[in-house]
Amino acid sequence: MKVLVAVKRVVDYNVKVRAKADGSDVDLNNVKMAIKPFCEIAIEEAVRLKEAGVATEVVAVSVGPKACQEQLRTALALGADRAIQVEVEGSVEPLVVAKLLKGVVEKEAPQLVILGKQSIDGDNNQTGQMLGALTNMAQGTFASEVKVDGDSVSVTREIDGGLQTVNLKLPAIVTTDLRLNEPRYASLPNIMKAKKKPLDVLTADDLGVTISSHVTQLRVEPPAERQAGIKVGDVAQLVDKLKNEAKVIA
Amino acid sequence: MSTLVLAEHDNVSLKAATLSAVTAASQMGGDVHVLVAGANCSAAAEAAAAVAGVSKVLVADNAAYEHQLAENVSLLVAELAADYDNVVAAATSAAKNTLPRVAALLDVAQISEIMSVESADTFKRPIYAGNVIATVQSSDAKKVITVRATSFDAAAAEGGSAAIESVVSVHDAGISTFVGEEVAVSDRPELTAASVVISGGRGMQNGENFKLLDGIADKLNAAIGASRAAVDAGFVPNDMQVGQTGKIVAPELYIAVGISGAIQHLAGMKDSKVIVAINKDEDAPIFQVADYGLVADLFNALPELEAAI
Repeated sequence: MKVLVAVKRVVDYNVKVRAKADGSDVDLNNVKMAIKPFCEIAIEEAVRLKEAGVATEVVAVSVGPKACQEQLRTALALGADRAIQVEVEGSVEPLVVAKLLKGVVEKEAPQLVILGKQSIDGDNNQTGQMLGALTNMAQGTFASEVKVDGDSVSVTREIDGGLQTVNLKLPAIVTTDLRLNEPRYASLPNIMKAKKKPLDVLTADDLGVTISSHVTQLRVEPPAERQAGIKVGDVAQLVDKLKNEAKVIA
Repeated sequence: MSTLVLAEHDNVSLKAATLSAVTAASQMGGDVHVLVAGANCSAAAEAAAAVAGVSKVLVADNAAYEHQLAENVSLLVAELAADYDNVVAAATSAAKNTLPRVAALLDVAQISEIMSVESADTFKRPIYAGNVIATVQSSDAKKVITVRATSFDAAAAEGGSAAIESVVSVHDAGISTFVGEEVAVSDRPELTAASVVISGGRGMQNGENFKLLDGIADKLNAAIGASRAAVDAGFVPNDMQVGQTGKIVAPELYIAVGISGAIQHLAGMKDSKVIVAINKDEDAPIFQVADYGLVADLFNALPELEAAI
């Protein structure tokens, strides 16, 4: 069974991103870039499936400019067998990424596609589901457990208030949530080996996809700051304020 | 202009987040219709028909929709979307699962988790984990939008009298099945839906002391939450965590007890309407966001508070 894993290059999750003073965009000058944490979990899950003898090949794919090859090399160092970069300039919308991934799915015919549930830059939480609709595959989003069994996969999902388990016909899509697994670190020998693993580059033309834009970002701004209120002297005064001033308790 | 709101429900009742989605839909202008897709879901449909501002409720009542599997419901919504300018839902885990499929079937973008409606095609939404707010404009004729429920007031649950109409089309993609569900059962309201939340932090010292919050929570019908420090210290389970990596809450009243106010906690509760902080350290950052701060030992203040309300 072949597993395709999608990988995104994003601002490192430790960086606190700010809006530029003129509000034109976020300030990404000289910030550290990294593989998206949910994608690391996706790679880890795919590699574990291979180690368990369920998957035979793990292919990592990234849609982005040449720089995203760095993240593909990370995926290879973590255990992916080969990589595909779909070369695009600038940022592309989730619908376009899903269309490009559909093209890759048609070429590669994986039985399972694993993606992170949500990027930490655009926070859209869309690509996996869109890919599902475009390829007519079932999806197990926000997964905390994945069990492949013959021609189906059972996925336990994090939902509001608890967990839900669904059974999906293969080929299927899984998007990862935080509790699915704890990703490993790449070892130095594996980082060296990753440099020799195959990395192919495709274009949108190769996949027959026209890059379109549906949404324009007009401006960005920092979130509203909350003002400090008052200090109360004792519990009685607090209760009085809540009842008679804020009117939030009866 | 007309908008179809996909209802969040459990076949029996309508979830509160839907009321916020109706408000957002009303701000987009024009008629607001609600789709209830489920099985034996007439009670939920009647609840939707009573919501103020809703002029029609569509009910798709079929076994194929019982567990609201995204593969099936998305096909239904995409078909019904032909008659609407917008498809809107509260950004719950169910809608996050389903709506992007709808958008892809319609070949349009989805605008996720909007915080405000600036005009018919322009919206504000948080990016980079809420560190930045983006104003975005859609060029799609048909828009698919999820709504951050905490950013919109709930529409009145009573007062409306919408017509209820059955939808006959059945879409069963036949590629996914529901196996089971484990939902935590509690007499208290759900953390993200409660109108009052009382949370404890490291200052609670141990899990046993969280019982001091019980009596107050009972009196205020509040949910009980915790800071990550309290979860990391093992006082309480992970699903009680309020914060950037836990639950995002915005109740009418948030009471932070023994919580210093780390940024990651503030990110999960700073949109609460009224914030109360009880902490013995008067320099704790939580006081910078609190409407009412009480500098006191929580072990004295909590029993006093319980007695006073």
